[in-house]
Amino acid sequence: MEEKILLDVKNLRTSFFTDAGEVKSVNDVSFYVKEKEIVAVVGESGSGKSVTQLSVLQLIQSPPGKILGGEVWFEGENLLTYSKKQMCGIRGNGISMIFQEPMTSLNPVYTIGNQLTEVLRAHHKNMTKQEAWKRGVEALAAVGIPDPEARMKNYPFEMSGGMRQRAMIAISVACNSRLIVADEPTTALDVTTQAQVMELLLSLVEKNGTSIIVVTHNLGLVTRYADRIYVMYAGRIVESGTTEMLLTNPRHPYTLGLLASVPKLDSDKEEKLIPIEGTPPNLAQMPEYCSFYPRCPYACEECRQKEAPVLRPVGEEGHFMACHRDVKGGKTDG
Amino acid sequence: MAEKEILLKVENLKMHFPAGRTLFGKTTSWVKAVDGVSFEVEKGKTFGLVGESGCGKTTAGKCILRVNKPTEGHIWYKGKDISRASRAEMKSIRREIQLIFQDPYGSLDPRQSAGSIIKEAIVTGKERCSEAQVADRVKELLETVELLPEMGDRYPHEMSGGQRQRLGIARALACNPELIVCDEPVSALDVSIQAQVINLFQSLQEKSGFTYVFIAHDLAVVRHIADVIGVMYLGHIVEIMEAEEIYSNPIHPYTKALLSAVPITDYYTEKSRQRILLEGEVPSPINAPKGCPFHPRCIYATERCRQEVPALTDTGGGHYVACHLCGE
Repeated sequence: MEEKILLDVKNLRTSFFTDAGEVKSVNDVSFYVKEKEIVAVVGESGSGKSVTQLSVLQLIQSPPGKILGGEVWFEGENLLTYSKKQMCGIRGNGISMIFQEPMTSLNPVYTIGNQLTEVLRAHHKNMTKQEAWKRGVEALAAVGIPDPEARMKNYPFEMSGGMRQRAMIAISVACNSRLIVADEPTTALDVTTQAQVMELLLSLVEKNGTSIIVVTHNLGLVTRYADRIYVMYAGRIVESGTTEMLLTNPRHPYTLGLLASVPKLDSDKEEKLIPIEGTPPNLAQMPEYCSFYPRCPYACEECRQKEAPVLRPVGEEGHFMACHRDVKGGKTDG
Repeated sequence: MAEKEILLKVENLKMHFPAGRTLFGKTTSWVKAVDGVSFEVEKGKTFGLVGESGCGKTTAGKCILRVNKPTEGHIWYKGKDISRASRAEMKSIRREIQLIFQDPYGSLDPRQSAGSIIKEAIVTGKERCSEAQVADRVKELLETVELLPEMGDRYPHEMSGGQRQRLGIARALACNPELIVCDEPVSALDVSIQAQVINLFQSLQEKSGFTYVFIAHDLAVVRHIADVIGVMYLGHIVEIMEAEEIYSNPIHPYTKALLSAVPITDYYTEKSRQRILLEGEVPSPINAPKGCPFHPRCIYATERCRQEVPALTDTGGGHYVACHLCGE
């Protein structure tokens, strides 16, 4: 395939320096996003999936947070070498972010129209108010908000959750962002609204050629939409590959566990769920060995003695995972 | 079929909240949060209530505990109508009906240790018992919910989400309830922890024969844990069926749409299945549409749907549907 790579993150490391010690939230993470691609980053709370994306946009609060190393290549430039001012040019225009709670990320005392035009005029210095307003109305219409003219004059609290999330997406659309990072875009929404918002994101890829990173804890949500998936655990990527590879042939014990622990609509009701025992590790006290070791049903002595495993290719081309052992469909081969 | 023992029967339950008032305090509009809901819960079984936010499932749960006094209708608990019971009567009944909340952090006192939270529930629930008896019971309860005994000294903020939810369950079990209303008990938990708590709910039921009313928005979770499922929409139950049937034989157009919106992780099924995308959003319960509550979003809606509210009718085998077009 000859698609261009839009975002290429290499060996990114971000830590938070707290009283409890250094919390390695992002520990040597590499991933890439091609043009017109939907990439999903899946992990539980505290796995570092959001911090990774915030690091890409350099939105980490410092102190206590700090990007310690790595490279973030976006359209041929390393964003980590950019100045604050240059980054402002990237955010919104190049990469924009949609947050989980649209109520808290929209300003409650300004109308939607106000916030949309503000963003537009911040990025296009010579745009008049009228022009910005027109673009705003277009963007609202593009995300499927009925009666956009009237909605421009609404405050966030006058809209429903799904509407607000659409308004957030409209801001990204209005800016013509090349890459949209959606951090848990549908977690606060109902299932039927969730489906609407995901379809909207998909249509952006098809119509505008935008690339999208979806950060979520719900593997099911991305099954339908994502082209590729990265699974994160304790600050590292533990498995990556196309959606098909990951879901039909998961190789890392954590991915296997995630899939087995979700109730399925068509499963046998008598069957008990197989939970992942224990709790996610404390990121301030990470062991030298594999971070999944204490919870892993396939762990052996070797896992404890060796250093934390790194991603290695398995199976089909493009499938990577970080485990000393190779777990195929729940069976080990050494 | 073996004889069924009905522990809880809800009949035509209505809960309306005043929304707007005139200058002189006369109520002008009502939020019809629950508008004519009826269902039965068999002893030792789990009844699942699913629906989107704002459909009235939590309000229905609160009415069962009489946190809200229903506007209309009856709630029969062990053959006794508790919908009009006095405060004193409710006090003893609440020992038998307990509630587990969605947010385990918000519902636990941050200044009390886990042990004293459970202790409080035991002492309020029981007439008289010695210190030693209480301490034993606390230990026993912690064990029941698979928490280590030393957890009793910890405070809620020192616990993880899953541990807190276990503590919430232990507190609910403290006064030996028969019926437990679980309001979104697993939706705030991480997926890997969710399965642990669901399994705990199931093993508790197997061991002690609790009856659950399980309120949640996640269809897959409810299907897994419940025996019978009621699907709610805008204050109405639109379909009641055996849990198995929700996937194999959904009838109401809303149930079908809800089902198709639930994401599933099986790659080939998900890619190949037809998706019904609902247009628009749930209407406000203040100006609920006339006729069938679902008609503004239903693709099959006819003139009759816009005028008449469909009644919940049996389609055979304990499968009830409220739709005019059912069977056509």
